[in-house]
Amino acid sequence: MAVAKVYVTLKDGILDPQGQIIGKALKTQGYDNVSRVRVGKFIELDLAGETPEKLKKQVDKISHDLLSNPVIESYTFDIQEEA
Amino acid sequence: MPARFGVVVFPGSNCEQDCHYAARLVGAQAAYIWHQDTDVSKYDAIILPGGFSYGDYLRTGAVAKFSPVMDAILDFVDKGGLVIGICNGFQILLEAGLLPGAMLRNRDLKFICRYTDLVVENNQTNFTNKALSGELIRLPIAHNEGNYYADEEALGEMAANGQVVLRYCDARGTVNDDANPNGSLQNIAGIVNRQGNVFGLMPHPERAIEDVLGSSDGQMIFKSMISAVSK
Repeated sequence: MAVAKVYVTLKDGILDPQGQIIGKALKTQGYDNVSRVRVGKFIELDLAGETPEKLKKQVDKISHDLLSNPVIESYTFDIQEEA
Repeated sequence: MPARFGVVVFPGSNCEQDCHYAARLVGAQAAYIWHQDTDVSKYDAIILPGGFSYGDYLRTGAVAKFSPVMDAILDFVDKGGLVIGICNGFQILLEAGLLPGAMLRNRDLKFICRYTDLVVENNQTNFTNKALSGELIRLPIAHNEGNYYADEEALGEMAANGQVVLRYCDARGTVNDDANPNGSLQNIAGIVNRQGNVFGLMPHPERAIEDVLGSSDGQMIFKSMISAVSK
């Protein structure tokens, strides 16, 4: 059994009004050192029955085809084998 | 024989009856297509209606693009069939890669439900051939993710090919940021693909087909489609 953790983020230059609002909220609370906030998604997948190479390929395809929209988002992931 | 319109119903679609009614009002036949159907070849034109297909989970339209009916629609488009996606239908067409670009959340993070003024920038399409060039129309919008985005290259290509069909404008037809309800790049409200047989728009023409509804300008779109398929 393995757990894949997929992080989907908006590409640079894509407007993120949610991140902007959170940034403003932090400013009003005095966190003046926070200069940028970007909101993304975190998705966890439990998978089984494949070699690490195959798993990596599979998670990459899932992330590209469904979990992210390549026009506006990028993704990274890591896979942890679990006993 | 009247033009045959098919209206796709996904789980969570909620404008299919309005689209069905609009198609019949302007003289077409209309039937519903279930999202599990795999053959759409008997139709002249297909409408992907608005709503919240698959609950808008993950991203708007992201799950709908994997519906069995979408393979049949890709085939239908390949063969030159007319497809119009309205609101959520537009979002599905973007996710499916049938139109360039993507939708972001509205820039003010609010669901917007109101009439908008639009300018018909290209009246030489299968979906606007009954409009005058530069005609101003009024159609309602109702969406949370209508903030159209495409990269520079895609925007340039669309401009060069006349693919931008509708832009948000003010009542005099001026396209500026004050008239932009949702933050869409270049006030884009509706686009066609390069081949000209797939049209996506955020405003709802099916909600503006009788004067009692506040506008009948939406009729123009459906009448244009009938004209295009009756050739």
